[in-house]
Amino acid sequence: MLTLQAVLDGLLLGILFALIAYGMALQWGVMNIINIAQGDLVILGGYIAYFMYLYGIHPAWGVIVSPIIMYFVGVIIYKLVINKVVDRDLFISILATFGISILFMQLMNFAFGADVVLANSGYGTTMLFDNSVTLPNSKIFSAFISIVFAIGLVIYMKKSKLGRAIRATAQNARAAKILGVDTEKVYAATFGINAALCGVAGALISITFTIHPYMGLPYTIRSFMIVIVAGLGNLPGVAMSGMGLGVFEEFADYILGTEFRIGSVFLLLVLILVYRRFKLSRKREYLK
Amino acid sequence: MNKNIILYGAILIFGIAAPFIFPAFKVQLSILCILIILAITWNVQGGEMGYNTFGNILFYGLGMYLCASVQVGMFFPLGEWTEGGGEKTFVHTPAQFFQGFAVGLAVAAVVPAIVAGLIGYSILGLRGHYFAICTLGLGVAAGEISGGIEIIGAGQGFTTPPFPNVDRLEARGEFFYFCSFIVLVFTFLAVKAIYSTRFKLVLNAIRDNEDKAEAMGIQTMKYKIIGWMISAFFCGLAGGIMGGLVGYIDSTDVAFDGREMGVFMVLMAILGGKGTLWGPVIGATLFHIFKEGFWTFFLGWQYVALGVLIVVIVIYFPEGIMGWLREKYPERFGEVVDEADRKAQVTLK
Repeated sequence: MLTLQAVLDGLLLGILFALIAYGMALQWGVMNIINIAQGDLVILGGYIAYFMYLYGIHPAWGVIVSPIIMYFVGVIIYKLVINKVVDRDLFISILATFGISILFMQLMNFAFGADVVLANSGYGTTMLFDNSVTLPNSKIFSAFISIVFAIGLVIYMKKSKLGRAIRATAQNARAAKILGVDTEKVYAATFGINAALCGVAGALISITFTIHPYMGLPYTIRSFMIVIVAGLGNLPGVAMSGMGLGVFEEFADYILGTEFRIGSVFLLLVLILVYRRFKLSRKREYLK
Repeated sequence: MNKNIILYGAILIFGIAAPFIFPAFKVQLSILCILIILAITWNVQGGEMGYNTFGNILFYGLGMYLCASVQVGMFFPLGEWTEGGGEKTFVHTPAQFFQGFAVGLAVAAVVPAIVAGLIGYSILGLRGHYFAICTLGLGVAAGEISGGIEIIGAGQGFTTPPFPNVDRLEARGEFFYFCSFIVLVFTFLAVKAIYSTRFKLVLNAIRDNEDKAEAMGIQTMKYKIIGWMISAFFCGLAGGIMGGLVGYIDSTDVAFDGREMGVFMVLMAILGGKGTLWGPVIGATLFHIFKEGFWTFFLGWQYVALGVLIVVIVIYFPEGIMGWLREKYPERFGEVVDEADRKAQVTLK
């Protein structure tokens, strides 16, 4: 029954990861940058929900408030830093966002303190299968909200004008520019949407799990891993590999112990990259 | 050539005299030497070969743990030592301390190089940002995993052997300063010697276009692995000395400190100028001065400053100081400049 517990926990967790990874895939595909600060945006979103909780508002409202604030945070970051690294080498974007990540970590540490916190939603738990499996309702809630947001975003990208502009820019930025798309605005909006997604995910994480100013990097690595396994612009793939990662992590937690949990995530990234590298090198290709 | 000899001699004399001129800054000077070594080794990898890594911290941390473990393990049971924490029932005699440290340093240099050789074949097949992220993952994973291993102290850390009680109080600082300075000189000369051979040209060919280099008949993988091993060798040495200097090894805060050292080495090399011999040295020195200023006067805000510094350097100053000088005075760097051509370019702008 422990197995079933781990699988269910992992699936619910994985949906959250997939939401973050979707944002990562979006900005990677459209702007060709890798954002190391992704996880810190998630944590920042979590703190917004936590603060609402501290002031007596139910943290679930954070799911609506946090993305709105985070959208503007994302646009500001874009205007200040990201727009200068969009056309450059990917390593420049990695380093620049690493800088942003360190900055955010420390600012959050100042503003919110170095304690591990969580926003208690008071949702209770559900017992399944003769009380052998315990599922906190907050996890089910967070998975449900993630799915709603993901589906909403997919529809938005398909139907709306901005969504079409984003997809066009992703395909060919120059051609989109010629056809009258203001790519600068599209980039800003993309980064804002990404930050908003992180905000949603962060609010959900603050309800279901815990947040801490320095916990951002593992979320970045997880989303990066999900994206390279699934490929850019493959949404079902992102969802599947997100859930797979969630299940893997829960099992690693049960088998190896909690102290190796984060370590196993990072090792899995290395293993996946090395596996892909050997697979491709048979065809004398490499990961691009 | 004559000028160079004077320059090198001046630096050498300054290096030897420094701990006696500034006795209060011995620890800072030793850390400066370590930082310069790390910047130089990162430059072999990131600047010359074009494989930007965040993972050299792996070798640094590995060297640190290995040096301390060997130094303790040669004479006492390692498990009991780490279990005892700060209170020690075992005391190294001076002879034991220095022998252990010497053997520890040798192990700390050789083993990381071997590890780099072993993992090199798999990881160096990745390119560009995949390599960067993969090595970032390696560094963090190493920190997390070593934080869970009991025999090297796990989460509570590992106290390195205290410096033996010789008569002079100043001895500890001087010993570690001269250790790091000698290793620095050794590293600089070794890297300088390497840069004057064909090996450097091969590395540059790999950086500029790996596919073409391979098509020209260069076994790129072999050279990449050797390059990484050289990098790992000196990184491990630096880590071993740093472990003794700090006196306390923690898995994520001292040894595999990707958030500090791991970024510092990249930043120092970029600040000074990637792909130059002197760039990392200048970059590390400036960075250390800047960092110490910030760490002292704006305590608490240092990471904010660091974050801003990274962003500013990367965005506005990616060529570094040497790159900027090179653009300004290309004649000094042995480049032939067509004066008319240069003027024409300027007016075009």
